[in-house]
Amino acid sequence: MVWFLIRRLLLVIPTLIGVAVAVFFLIRVMPGDVVVVKLRADGAAVSEETIQAERRRLGLDKPLYQQFADYMVGLTRLDLGKSLWTGDSVAREIAIRIPVSFQIALMATIIAVLIALPLGTISALYRDTWIDHSVRVLAVSGLAIPSFWLGMLIILALLSLFNWLPKIGYVSIFEDPLTNLSALIWPAISVGYRYAAVSTRMMRSALLEVMREDYIRTARAKGVWTSLIMRRHALRNALLPVVTVIGLEFAFLIGGLVVTEQVFNINGIGKLFVDATARGDFNLIQGLVLFIATIFIFVNLLVDILYAWLDPRIRLS
Amino acid sequence: MATVASTPTTEALPKRPNAVWQFIRSEPLGIFGFLIILLYVVCALGAPWIAHYHPEAIDFAAMLSAPGEAHWFGTDQYGRDVFSRIVYGSRTALAVGILSAFIGCTLGAVLGAASGYFGGRIDTAIQRVVDIMLSFPIIVLAMVVVSVLGKQSVLGIDTNLIAAIALPIIPKMARVARSSTLSIVAMPFIDAARAAGFSHKRIILRHILPNIVAPYLIMVTAFVAQAILLEASLSFLGLGVTEPTPAWGLMLSGASADFYQTAPWMILFPGIAITLAVFAFNLFGDSLRDWLDPKLKS
Amino acid sequence: MMRSSLSRLVVCTAALIVGVGAAAAQTPKKGGILNFSVVAEPPNYDCHGSTTFALVHPIAPHYSLLVKFDGKEYPKVIPDLAESWTVAPDKMTYTFKIRSGVKFHDGSPLTSEDVKASYDRIINPPEGVVSIRKAYYADLIVSAPDPNTVVFKLKNPMAGVMEALASPFNCIYSAAKLKQNPRYPETEILGSGAFSFVGHVKGSTWEGKRFDGYYNTERPYLDGYKIFFVKSAAVVPGILGGQFDAEFRGRNPQEKGQLLDKAKDNLQVFEGTWVNNLMLVFNTTRKPFDDVKVRQALSMAIDRWGGSDALSKISILKFVGGVMRPGYSMSLPEAELVKLPGYSKDINKSREDAKKMLEAAGAKDLKFKLLNRNIAEPYTPAGIYSIDQWRRIGVMVEHEQLETKLYQDRVAKGDFDVAVEFQADFMDDPTAQFAKFLTKQLSPSGYSGHTDTKIDDLYQKQRRIADPDERTKIVREMEQYALTQAYNVPILWWQRIIVINKKIKGWYMTPSHYLWQDLTEVWLDQ
Repeated sequence: MVWFLIRRLLLVIPTLIGVAVAVFFLIRVMPGDVVVVKLRADGAAVSEETIQAERRRLGLDKPLYQQFADYMVGLTRLDLGKSLWTGDSVAREIAIRIPVSFQIALMATIIAVLIALPLGTISALYRDTWIDHSVRVLAVSGLAIPSFWLGMLIILALLSLFNWLPKIGYVSIFEDPLTNLSALIWPAISVGYRYAAVSTRMMRSALLEVMREDYIRTARAKGVWTSLIMRRHALRNALLPVVTVIGLEFAFLIGGLVVTEQVFNINGIGKLFVDATARGDFNLIQGLVLFIATIFIFVNLLVDILYAWLDPRIRLS
Repeated sequence: MATVASTPTTEALPKRPNAVWQFIRSEPLGIFGFLIILLYVVCALGAPWIAHYHPEAIDFAAMLSAPGEAHWFGTDQYGRDVFSRIVYGSRTALAVGILSAFIGCTLGAVLGAASGYFGGRIDTAIQRVVDIMLSFPIIVLAMVVVSVLGKQSVLGIDTNLIAAIALPIIPKMARVARSSTLSIVAMPFIDAARAAGFSHKRIILRHILPNIVAPYLIMVTAFVAQAILLEASLSFLGLGVTEPTPAWGLMLSGASADFYQTAPWMILFPGIAITLAVFAFNLFGDSLRDWLDPKLKS
Repeated sequence: MMRSSLSRLVVCTAALIVGVGAAAAQTPKKGGILNFSVVAEPPNYDCHGSTTFALVHPIAPHYSLLVKFDGKEYPKVIPDLAESWTVAPDKMTYTFKIRSGVKFHDGSPLTSEDVKASYDRIINPPEGVVSIRKAYYADLIVSAPDPNTVVFKLKNPMAGVMEALASPFNCIYSAAKLKQNPRYPETEILGSGAFSFVGHVKGSTWEGKRFDGYYNTERPYLDGYKIFFVKSAAVVPGILGGQFDAEFRGRNPQEKGQLLDKAKDNLQVFEGTWVNNLMLVFNTTRKPFDDVKVRQALSMAIDRWGGSDALSKISILKFVGGVMRPGYSMSLPEAELVKLPGYSKDINKSREDAKKMLEAAGAKDLKFKLLNRNIAEPYTPAGIYSIDQWRRIGVMVEHEQLETKLYQDRVAKGDFDVAVEFQADFMDDPTAQFAKFLTKQLSPSGYSGHTDTKIDDLYQKQRRIADPDERTKIVREMEQYALTQAYNVPILWWQRIIVINKKIKGWYMTPSHYLWQDLTEVWLDQ
């Protein structure tokens, strides 16, 4: 187990370096200049000289290899640099937006698990009945509904049915839990619905697979109650793929956040990313991509570890 | 990649005389999905005959009309017919969806097969690149690619958008193709073929390729669904298709945010169009998988 | 500088108040917090290096200016730090008397030295400081002969000096602090305005509170203000939900409709022209746009008068005008305007003529790409409308909508056929408004790439004429010439629509969303 962990951890480092290098060069191919956007976007006739002076100040006039060296050296000290747009540190820009996005992601996961576990189980138990069919259709359509559209429908429904909309602006859950939850539950549902759909399908097929296996048959033959089987054996084994899905779907969660934060006007990581790309704020894009990639890699690592822990066969191989 | 998350099959396409008929009998839901896909294909090809209006024609006299006889799905703020725009929009969705899934899967399959077949350094190198690509969440990668490449249209289709959507598909397909290839390479008949001195080309063409056709087809179908969703998301963010080209995601974006509370049909129908298309491809893909992968069949 | 009859005329075109109880003069009440929203956020806090309303709306209440525009009687210039001024007969020297006893928020006194230091920073920015409008003030030499006097001497004659000095971006900073760190205004707020800085939560809020040491002890009325930074789409729900009471940039007609529909009794509406327009820029370095007939024909194909009716219901595009804002004292009268290509009210004849002109120019089956920003309001409607209009004369146009940064890159490189540009500044002055109509030699934003120096000559000439009547003549000549040559042609001017809570008093709408935002006169009737 320890070796497994170490091996996996060591693999993370080259991957992250690869991401850092790839994103650095990828975004520098991008046409457009953050300084021009900042100084000229509102229509002022700004002289070329002023633009060049500002580029110099931000270090954008340096040769590419030097910018790259500065960036890599900064990374070794975990320094992501400063946003070219606000001049504030990238770490701070990201840190401000973490709580709200993290909470939505967490709530979406909880919603997904709360829906998927019972629905998936029922669907598997009542296989090929109308219950199973309706759960499956629900799940397949869950995969098909774009999260931003679901968000718009939710807003439309709240507005036309209750003439009410969640408050704008983030209030910490510790400060005012009611306002916080009443605002964030909607984006969490729009993102979490897809998540739930995927997990339900996984749960169902995993349970079916497991139930076909011999030891369950033996258990049933022994007359153990179906419900008990579900809890003891099947459920534990079925958790494996569900855990996998959570890891796999994490990418979708981020994607869902990017669009859903736009719909619900949430000042989170997704909106920051959209803004940063729109402005061509290189440092911030780099920082965000690295940040997201790191989380992504570690979530998958965690999933692997959980997997190994749940299923000893994997550990040994 | 939930729709295809089960381990890919190593079986080749079932070679039964009445394959189609059997598919219809054993996978009615798949046929349902296929029929919906067919409907969209008909819409895309027959758009000028099906739609009664030019999708870009502005008619301020009919601005924001509710669904009715003249405009089945109502009109938008420019008085453009929503139904016609959805019908023409299926061209964009299918073209971008199918092309990017096809390109992404093909490149991915080649990479993955090479990785699995040759092993060693080639494998390690390809796998590191795949790891890096997989560390970018799909939409992040697509957004960066779109802003790097800008727009480049060929025959009215934005090729860079297709590239942006195809790119994140490559590593995923590569993973699947690699593991399929690995399991085939491990089989005795490959060893036999190698021992008999057959060329790489012959082994790959005659033995490996036929065996990864099934997972490839499953992946392509599944990725069409995802590509349609991703195109809609990018267009929604203003990074995909541009006005006045009819595209479903675009119809949900921008100013429609100001209008949809008073004219809900403006977002209702395009959203349904996206959902139904993705639904159909998923359903068809699922059935295809079940059918091609007998292990899952009861 | 502007005659008051003209100013009144301008104000009359604005301000239509819906709702109850607007007319009677009331005694202002003290107290209360004004909550409003701003739909963008400033990158940093330095006025001199900024061009955005996203900076002006939160920051203007913190700073005093030398003089400022009167919100009630735009474009009249009224005192701020300068309590009075005199202009030498030759109009080459402007002498300002600075109020005594003005304090910065930290208690330090504000004197003429601070005014001089701030203007020096604008005119000759030290290394590392961005001064956007440096060139605009290049003809001024500032001196501070005594603590209460500031003198601006002109190197060359210049029109509109007072308007230039009333710029909302010319915040007065502390000379002592600038000496320590010339870039302090980027990250710190130390002004002498009616409100001191409380805090800025990134991506979320901005707060200011009443400054008790403000030079006018009767002001401000408000105890403070709080800003919510939101996306544009969140303004209507925010106002309806009572989270904030105003947004001062402008809403579109659809949003106005939604607001009035749901909360008519609590709202007041201001409507009028806005010092912004969208225009077409023809890339004259590319064929066939080097041909004046082609440019004119493309402009003539666009039904401005008819489009105005329809577009003004779904977007902020509304007023038909030339280079100067319709209604502004120096703009071309409508009778003159309709004689110019593209402004005729007979659209059918215009289109017929346009077709013939294209045919004569050998551009019958013209196809091109229209470069535009991917900003929904008002760029997308302008693009969609123009393309539809061109299709009616058989010209097929592909819409190329890009993110702002990609768009700007292409425009600056001259890599486009026709682009949708905008024209905007904080006021109507022709020196600012004509910037995009000039040659590249004279203006960095002369994107059309033409080399016609006649516009440049007229431009330089009008800049130097202090007499308003004479200047108007030259400006109109320049406008007529520019619109006939059609290197750039306005599509439509914008309408500014402000819908705010009825309890907000003392706020007046000017044609510029940059002005009258220091909130000194604003009070709440509650």
